[in-house]
Amino acid sequence: MSVIYLDNNATTEIDPQVLESILPYLKSEYGNPSGMYTFAGKLKRDLDKARSQVAALINASAEEIIFTSCGTESDNTALVSALETYPEKRHIVTTRVEHSAILNMCKHLSRKGYAITFLPVDREGMIDLDELADSVTPSTAVVSIMYANNETGVVYPIEQIAQIVKSKGVLFHTDAVQAVGKLPVDMNKIPVDMLSLSGHKLHAPKGIGVLYIRKGTRFQPYIIGGHQEDGRRGGTENVASIVGLGTACEIAAKYMNHENTEVRRLRDKLENTLLSKISSSMLNGHKLSRLPNTTNISFEFIEGEAILLLLDEHRICASSGSACTSGSIEPSHVLRAMGVPFTAAHGSIRFSLSRYTTEQEIDKVIELLPPIVNRLRQMSPFWHEQASQLSS
Amino acid sequence: MWDYTKKVYDHFLNPRNVGDMENPDAYAEVGNMACGDALTLMLKIDKKTNIITDAKFKTFGCASAIASSSVLTELLIGKTIEQARKITNQDIAERLGGLPKEKMHCSVMGQEALEKALAQYFGEEIPEDHTELEGVIVCKCFGVTDSQIAKVVRENNLHTVGDVTNYCKAGGGCGQCHPEIEDIIRQVHGGVRVEPEKPVGQKKVMTNIEKILLIQKTIEQEIRPQMEADGGGIDLIDVVGNKVLVALRGTCVGCRTAQFTLKHAVESKLRELVDEDIFVEEVK
Ligand SMILES: Cc1ncc(COP(=O)(O)O)c(C=O)c1O
Ligand code: FES
Repeated sequence: MSVIYLDNNATTEIDPQVLESILPYLKSEYGNPSGMYTFAGKLKRDLDKARSQVAALINASAEEIIFTSCGTESDNTALVSALETYPEKRHIVTTRVEHSAILNMCKHLSRKGYAITFLPVDREGMIDLDELADSVTPSTAVVSIMYANNETGVVYPIEQIAQIVKSKGVLFHTDAVQAVGKLPVDMNKIPVDMLSLSGHKLHAPKGIGVLYIRKGTRFQPYIIGGHQEDGRRGGTENVASIVGLGTACEIAAKYMNHENTEVRRLRDKLENTLLSKISSSMLNGHKLSRLPNTTNISFEFIEGEAILLLLDEHRICASSGSACTSGSIEPSHVLRAMGVPFTAAHGSIRFSLSRYTTEQEIDKVIELLPPIVNRLRQMSPFWHEQASQLSS
Repeated sequence: MWDYTKKVYDHFLNPRNVGDMENPDAYAEVGNMACGDALTLMLKIDKKTNIITDAKFKTFGCASAIASSSVLTELLIGKTIEQARKITNQDIAERLGGLPKEKMHCSVMGQEALEKALAQYFGEEIPEDHTELEGVIVCKCFGVTDSQIAKVVRENNLHTVGDVTNYCKAGGGCGQCHPEIEDIIRQVHGGVRVEPEKPVGQKKVMTNIEKILLIQKTIEQEIRPQMEADGGGIDLIDVVGNKVLVALRGTCVGCRTAQFTLKHAVESKLRELVDEDIFVEEVK
């Protein structure tokens, strides 16, 4: 039985071409790019090429790209740099549905005395733009709002958001970790100051990230050390992964259309069929403004971990916003912020597809999931009550 | 991914005794959907022999919640009520070959359901241990009472708020109740001196916490001074139901008359001042 991998928002399979491009750097091309010899000089050029490849995918210029160790580092760096370069401003605006890389950093900063506004979201996961505008004040150092949400796939109107924030003269950062590679992201069009992305979400290795910093943006390094990345991020470059990310970005551009047609078609097929075949199920997140690869569905009266483990019996990989999958006691902060009732939040499943997903795989899930949901509902004390309620 | 044992998987994938029961003799619902797990337990009890002849469950929850419910029914069928009463959450976890610590609350839920079902079976007649021990809600996020928290702390020898959250969920939400949970942990382990409102010796229905505090106070005020005068000492280690576990210190350790001291000085004093049913054991 082969694996049906539908958890691409968690991480992705490394593209074979990406792997090819990486291997020399793990073997013969092991030099330190800072070295003063030809052996190292080539590596420096390889890094520059990768930088251009990344820049091209988001329509930026190469000097605006710094490589980091992951999306989390990029997110942390953006916030801390903003606070350090505007020391008189002690306020951050963000949302309640950010990834923990932003959310927990903000909570940490709040304990250190910074004021944080966590914007609420509506039932579909959207923020209110007027509320955003009202919350940005002269003492706001930075606004950080994600491009697309990892759990629901909801895509935020980043262009409009960026315009609102920039019209107030405030720094704007977006966590685009889930967007880059799935949606066209254009730095020429969208006035963001800083943007985070992460290699392992677009078929590059784990442990490589990027922070885009628009030319002219005040910046302070977060990892302090050597002169690497033009003095903006210390630490000997992860050459292999950087080259891999460059390759991955080039390939991602080629698949952009595929992602938004074929992947979207399969996602829609999965979503529509499950919602119609399984009663008491519902979509979490905005139906239209959404990543093409993501669907998050709640199956009421049952619990997510149990669903995942039964799917795992068929080697189907997905994820859940249920508390029990995370070791935390409360279900997903994203679904709770959206006001998804507990009855549904505990039984939410996220399927996230990729260009490797096949129609047969989707058909398999469509065939296998309804009996799994049914089996768990037969065990659930609440399902019985629900059924009798409906019949009375 | 959780490191579940083969037994957890077995009971999750092939749950025993799942389903409804017509006219159960004992019935209990614990947990609720907001908390992420809930269990309905149904028992058939032979009135003459007091033997549990059948058990059924329905569970909303993760794999370990379903597995815990399933082994609970296995543990119960064929047991007398007296035997069933002795089943603890650790028995459930052990029978599953262990549970990840974050999942211990699943075994606690099983034990709670059992207690509640037996209380329901006996109706008003045997209120002890149950109805009057509900206590006051400490954790509003998960609706957990002081007596529930004290019970898991005592029976599982828990020492941190994190442990308490793993075992009964209390403290896992907003965190506001953490100081109170810390107080309960300290009280259970005998670290806090609280002046009981009632004079020592007044016999009344006590909550477990009150009882422990009273035992603590009695040992401190009535027993320890006496023993210290004799060059020895005593520490309260734990209280499990009516069993009081103590450690002897100083010249008492290994002293030939230690058993005598324990029975006569300590036990009789506690019986006199706290509860006639108390018995004392020494922890070495
Ligand atoms: C929206 C979002 N931001 C940040 C991250 C963190 O990226 P990384 O795993 O590279 O630290 C992730 C990935 O989990 C994500 O989905
Ligand atoms: S009151 Fe206990 S966690 Fe909120």
